[in-house]
Amino acid sequence: MEYLNILSNELYKIAFILIPVLVSVALIVWLDRRIWGAVQKRRGPNVVGPFGLLQTVADTLKYIFKEIIIPASSDKVIFLLAPVVTMTLALVAWAVIPFSNEFILADINVGILYLFAVSSLGVYGIIMGGWASNSKYPFLGAIRSAAQMVSYEVSIGIIIINVLLCVGSLNLKDIVNAQQDLWFVVPLFPMFVVFFISALAETNRPPFDLPEAESELVSGYQTEYSGMMYAMFWLGEYANILLLCAMASILFLGGWLPLLDIFPINLIPAPIWMILKILFLFFLFSLVKAIVPRYRYDQLMRLGWKIFLPFSLFYVVLTASFLFYFDKLPIKEF
Amino acid sequence: MTIIRFLKTVFLIEFVLGLFIAIKEMFKSKKTINYPYEKGSLSPRFRGEHALRRYPNGEERCIACKLCEAVCPAQAITIESTEKEDGSRKTTRYDIDMIKCIYCGLCEESCPVEAIVQGPNFEFATETREELYYNKEKLLDNGDRWEDVLAKNIRLDKIYR
Repeated sequence: MEYLNILSNELYKIAFILIPVLVSVALIVWLDRRIWGAVQKRRGPNVVGPFGLLQTVADTLKYIFKEIIIPASSDKVIFLLAPVVTMTLALVAWAVIPFSNEFILADINVGILYLFAVSSLGVYGIIMGGWASNSKYPFLGAIRSAAQMVSYEVSIGIIIINVLLCVGSLNLKDIVNAQQDLWFVVPLFPMFVVFFISALAETNRPPFDLPEAESELVSGYQTEYSGMMYAMFWLGEYANILLLCAMASILFLGGWLPLLDIFPINLIPAPIWMILKILFLFFLFSLVKAIVPRYRYDQLMRLGWKIFLPFSLFYVVLTASFLFYFDKLPIKEF
Repeated sequence: MTIIRFLKTVFLIEFVLGLFIAIKEMFKSKKTINYPYEKGSLSPRFRGEHALRRYPNGEERCIACKLCEAVCPAQAITIESTEKEDGSRKTTRYDIDMIKCIYCGLCEESCPVEAIVQGPNFEFATETREELYYNKEKLLDNGDRWEDVLAKNIRLDKIYR
């Protein structure tokens, strides 16, 4: 009984974080399409609901009523599991994202490690989907996607080390509070840019959308999926994008901290600041989608391994030497 | 030259310029129209849904010469005719298979009496295939409904024919 009580208490908290995330995923898909349209001087979806806000709801309803086709030669269990894995992993990571000093579901000491681990696991959903489809295009797409995500995770990991050097803690709350005086985007600006570009690659967004390159691979690992399973891949992808925007705003843009700590601006509540920062980063994500052509595969790999990795390693050395020389290391005794 | 290029690449100059251009373009006027509520303009020569016209006294224009049937490249038109009491020739059947039709406008051009014309209506989608097999009643009905526009379009286009 005791256990059930705890469970029900936690469940309401989980619903409190999951439902807003799912609703904002739906809205963000709409926003993405609107921004994409606006840059190309189109109108974008504007029919369903006010300004077309309910377009994603309509699309999801359509997907629910569509037939799910399972290829005869597929590995059925893994085929069905893959979109579930993608979606779950994209949502599970939100547990540790802090929206203010109090507004956080699980305040764990290794928050950033947890985030990194969960976003690394995301590649499994894609590999499982591509492999279990037992078809050529999904398989090639999954291989590409796996290679791409693994390579860019390496540089993301090293960028995170940069931030951790300045903070001295793996707790996401501590990371944000360490930016009280100066957001890390100022001293670590090159790392912010590299993180942003790696985040594009990590979420398979243009210009790095090679796994689902329409003109080459039909739609990559999603080719054999239909109905609600396709929608789950698709919503999981956008939840992942939001998650990486949240990660970037925590690591570099000072999370829930206001722009300036002066009277009229710091009245805006902390979660609103967090949401504004996520929206700003997402706006950049959408703009990039609208303006860039797709990278070639070898260019993508070269950028990841030969440029970003050495550059972020070099920056780790730079940050560490700077902190050590000016005696600004956050942890003094070991 | 190569140094400038290198610096441009490292500092993502082109990319940032692209971002600003994108933001600038976002606030320009849209090039698309809000289709079901707004519609684009159509040329008088537009080849849309077919119609059979009548003379102002209500008599059918069609003289069943079957030129349109002969010229139709998709063979979408079927005509059967009979002789009336006054000795003139009239159609008993005038069918157009709108699924076969390629909207080339040759029927309209071949018609000596401007009976079969293609009007400005392009929103005649149906839910079943059968509804697109147009018969004489449907075509004459179209003609009656669109007569004003059809006559105006023919007048406007006359000088170019």
